[in-house]
Amino acid sequence: MKLNVEVMKSFGRFEFAAGFQVEGARIGIFGPSGSGKSTLSSLLAGLVSPDAGTIHLNDRCLFDSISKINRNPEQRRVSVVFQHAHLFPHLNVERNLLYGFHRTPAERRKLLLEDVAEALDISRLLKRSVSKLSGGEKQRVALGRALLACPDLLILDEPLSALDKRLKEQIIPFLRKTLRRFEIPYLYISHSLSEMRLLTDQVLCFADGQLQETSDAETLARQRMTGNRHGYLNHLELSEPREVGGMLGYRWGENELLLTDHEQPQAGLFELSSKDILLFKNHPHALSARNLLTAKITELIPQGGSVGVKLNCNGEELIAQIVREAALELNMDVGMTVYAAIKASAFRRLV
Amino acid sequence: MLILSPTDYQALWLSAKVASAATLVALPVGFGLAWLLVFGRLRFKALLDGLINLPLVLPPVVVGYLLLLLLGRQGPLGGLLQKFGIQLIFNWKGAVIACAVIGLPLMVRSIRLGMEQIDPQLLHASRTLGAGWFDCLRTVVLPLSIPALITGSTLCFARSLGEFGATIILAGNIPGVTQTIPLAIYDYTSTPGGEAGALSLCLLSIGLSYLVLMLNTLLLKRFQRNQA
Repeated sequence: MKLNVEVMKSFGRFEFAAGFQVEGARIGIFGPSGSGKSTLSSLLAGLVSPDAGTIHLNDRCLFDSISKINRNPEQRRVSVVFQHAHLFPHLNVERNLLYGFHRTPAERRKLLLEDVAEALDISRLLKRSVSKLSGGEKQRVALGRALLACPDLLILDEPLSALDKRLKEQIIPFLRKTLRRFEIPYLYISHSLSEMRLLTDQVLCFADGQLQETSDAETLARQRMTGNRHGYLNHLELSEPREVGGMLGYRWGENELLLTDHEQPQAGLFELSSKDILLFKNHPHALSARNLLTAKITELIPQGGSVGVKLNCNGEELIAQIVREAALELNMDVGMTVYAAIKASAFRRLV
Repeated sequence: MLILSPTDYQALWLSAKVASAATLVALPVGFGLAWLLVFGRLRFKALLDGLINLPLVLPPVVVGYLLLLLLGRQGPLGGLLQKFGIQLIFNWKGAVIACAVIGLPLMVRSIRLGMEQIDPQLLHASRTLGAGWFDCLRTVVLPLSIPALITGSTLCFARSLGEFGATIILAGNIPGVTQTIPLAIYDYTSTPGGEAGALSLCLLSIGLSYLVLMLNTLLLKRFQRNQA
């Protein structure tokens, strides 16, 4: 997907101006509330017209103020999943899912209802009234409905922000799996860095209606390490576990990590806060933490009063965070070997 | 005890016919106007709103007289229609026009209230899923406005059953042709010994209006049950 945008729009005092060109299938739009993220979504979908500028999607002109081209929303092939599901209350789940599908010319239909319903685990809900769905189910139906319209671009406009933490955790695996399986290019709008890291490759950062920088979620997360209450959140892909003395031993590359999470004893993606990693210069002989990894410091990232310490643990990367004084006291430097201690309860399953 | 003469039956039949026809005329017009007022991007929305509501605050006789000026043989619209052999005054069609105009503000108000409850994001969702504006109107706005359409139609029908002032001016009071129940009651009360006939028609009016209200409740309930 190639998106070329050069637009201006003002709403009273708020002015939105953006010029960018992106190419890729998993693009993130990141920024705080009021930064213009949703304005961009409306401008792309044709729900709001820019005051001036151009919008091109895959070399197809959607808007051009000079040539007076302004395609209607239904002609743009841009589907939107909104913050709230906005399912049609008078239609059941199946008819909601097929709303866009029936309006897509047969030659452009790439997906089947059965496949999408199965991927989103909503097959058993097809005949149900949408008023009888839970928040997470509603959002999955909304995603299925947008996918079945087979758009050239899918906009996910803060699709998880109305859900509570537990539901978010439940729906993220579906989002990842489904978006990967059906290969529809998307623009993921959110103010959550964690969602950006799980679902996007490139990120456009907005603030005060302006594009600030183009980056990737990983870099952004590292830059914002000190501002975040949980520090930097390491993502660890762990493989099938085995039982080790009442805990679960997961393989992480060459290492084995012991976790207390017994809810889902299977491989997955886990989160570990940089603040939950203790660093020792010498081997601590007696320790309550169940994981002790030997690691080499590969980079020191000073940020405000703390330092991010990038570690190489037998080929796997981990970032720990310590206060500047501790770094000075331990005389930390790149190339030095340290011991990283992690409690078995510090890991949190993401997917 | 109801004592009804053949002309009373004619008045009853005519009332039902006129009120039904007026509701059928006002329904699509009211739906269109409500849609314009709620979702339309109009510059003079307040002006249009005022114009639609005017029959609600004007004396019905004034409305009837204005309609007579417009639709009469010398009137701008009446003269034009005359050329095509269409006459809308002093026949039952005139009564329908009078009732539709008087009932329209109630119809528009009800539908508008219902439409204002529709989340505009549903319309956005529909458009981004490939529906044009008319498709969106037909498949989203219309079905979600059904309870409001039922209520609006009930109010318009009930108002039409009671319409007197505009009807007598535009359609006249011709027994068997334009004499609806209210006009027949008026005739009875101005005739010596007509009290029993007037009372019978009053009771009939109450019964008919009650029936319409019951029907309204029944339809709304059925709609809600279907939605669930």
